[in-house]
Amino acid sequence: MKKKRRPLRHRIAQSPVRQRVPKDDGIAFSRPKSLRDTEMHYCAGCGHGIVHRLVCETIDELGIREQTIAVAPVGCAVIAYDYWDFDVTEAAHGRTPAVATGIKRCLPESVVFTYQGDGDLAAIGTAEIVHTANRGENITVIFVNNGVYGMTGGQMAPTTLVGQSTNTTAQGRKPKRDGYPLRILEMLALLPGTKYLERVSVHSSQETMRAKRAIKKAFKTQLENKGFSMVEVLSMCPTYWGMSPIRAAERIKNEVSLFYPIGVVKSY
Amino acid sequence: MPRKVLMCGNDACGEGAILAGCRFYAGYPITPQNELTAYMAKRMDEVGGVFIQAESELAAINMVFGAACTGARAMTSSSSPGISLKQEGISYLVGCELPAVVVNVQRGGPGLGNIAPAQGDYFQATKGGGHGDYHTIVLAPASVEEMLQFTFDAFDLADAYRNPVIVLADGLLGQMMEPISSRSLELVPRNVARDRSWILTGCKGRRPRMIRSLLLAEGALEEHNKKLQAKFAKMRESEVRYECLRERDSTVMIVAYGSIARIAKSVMEMARTKGIKAGVLRPISLWPFPYEVLGELSGKIKKFLVVEMSAGQMVEDVRLGVNGKADVHFYGRMGGGIPAEGEILRKIEELL
Repeated sequence: MKKKRRPLRHRIAQSPVRQRVPKDDGIAFSRPKSLRDTEMHYCAGCGHGIVHRLVCETIDELGIREQTIAVAPVGCAVIAYDYWDFDVTEAAHGRTPAVATGIKRCLPESVVFTYQGDGDLAAIGTAEIVHTANRGENITVIFVNNGVYGMTGGQMAPTTLVGQSTNTTAQGRKPKRDGYPLRILEMLALLPGTKYLERVSVHSSQETMRAKRAIKKAFKTQLENKGFSMVEVLSMCPTYWGMSPIRAAERIKNEVSLFYPIGVVKSY
Repeated sequence: MPRKVLMCGNDACGEGAILAGCRFYAGYPITPQNELTAYMAKRMDEVGGVFIQAESELAAINMVFGAACTGARAMTSSSSPGISLKQEGISYLVGCELPAVVVNVQRGGPGLGNIAPAQGDYFQATKGGGHGDYHTIVLAPASVEEMLQFTFDAFDLADAYRNPVIVLADGLLGQMMEPISSRSLELVPRNVARDRSWILTGCKGRRPRMIRSLLLAEGALEEHNKKLQAKFAKMRESEVRYECLRERDSTVMIVAYGSIARIAKSVMEMARTKGIKAGVLRPISLWPFPYEVLGELSGKIKKFLVVEMSAGQMVEDVRLGVNGKADVHFYGRMGGGIPAEGEILRKIEELL
């Protein structure tokens, strides 16, 4: 039997709490249609799986799966296209926003988003993200900041905190040798082309729900043709932080979010 | 009645792209190709296409990558140092099997070099250029008219093979003005059946698609490479282009491409007035290279003189084609030096 879809407005207005109320079919929680039914390669306690899910839930709820084109990064999320059930292309490391620009300019009616890590977005792709934001490209950027290069074995990222030990900063990041962590969202806030910028986290269920709201607002910013939107998601990397998933979540609350404050940085 | 229209090579190249249906251009300023970027900025507004002045050549080629994902006919252009930056993107375009046109209006190198004409990027253009095992079709125009026509053709070739095509010009061709036939300005895109089964448009009414060059499963990348190599083999078979002049009675053949091929033609006439039977072989597709015709010619012509604005790059391919059956000599100028007719003629006289 074909299920009747609720009107878009109603679906957007739903709060995450309301969603957990059992629906007619008795299912309270299920896999979003946009997320493929497959095993993910992410480590235990990694935030990527949560962020993938939030993006896919948002796409389903906004009813935009069939008009979405995603650009996957180079980094831990490099094979995100194996998990997403909509059109996706890869991009060279850091060029992700440039590729998204080309797609969106050719297909202005499509919904285009990039999904990037801190190495992709804030190191090798700094020029691309700054200029894409400054042109006010009407795209959405999901920026997963876990402060480390996961795929290559845990090297220092541009966002690694001072004192944090990594594969290339064994004694902890020292500003004199390694420079300072980069708050890219605050930099982008200075640009007139950026319309909606928020930093969220996925270290607790409460923060995850807040992250979902931010991601949804970012996509709605694009759907309303307002311009560039970006959500920075503080995420755990227990493997290369060298701690248990629970301690990694606590570290975001007690350390990471002190340098990278959670909240709206810019909104229209 | 066709009229003559005066255009510079860079503008003609841009118009060839517009005529071919190119509706996406991203570029970054660099001399001596700036007229092309300015021309595209003006024309894209007129035809309702997209023009983006990118923040770098890296961004420009990747914007073209994005546009190509949607099935748009897309182009970028630059000159030597900027083309080096685009190599990453060209490798990804090949790996992802995306069509695009890249124009290189060559200047002197290495490094920042100068802004004078040169042919020092031959190896880079014809042997791959970026990382990985690949080739791109390389077309070498020798006139303003050909800047238009070859750029026009490049889009069909790119679509036919789902592979980037390089138009390899130089500062001389980009900057000089020549009359071209108004008929060239009336070129209509050929009705080529274009495979659209791979483009990204959103998955409405179909299964989702992905574009990627990352293949991690065991053996998958080797299989992908075999598929690419089969395409390159087909290009070698079908896309060789060259021009041969006075080869029937020649005792010496000048081999040159691009603007130097024009000078070579004058040298051929000068030599013939002096009783020297000279001919010209002008490779038009630098890759695939016309090895076969060189093999045939070297059966009866025993002296070849390769002339380039480089330290000797194409000469290596000429030697491969001749395969030891004749003498291959070289004359080149570098760093913006242009071989003059007299210099080349003296070199021929020395050989005989």
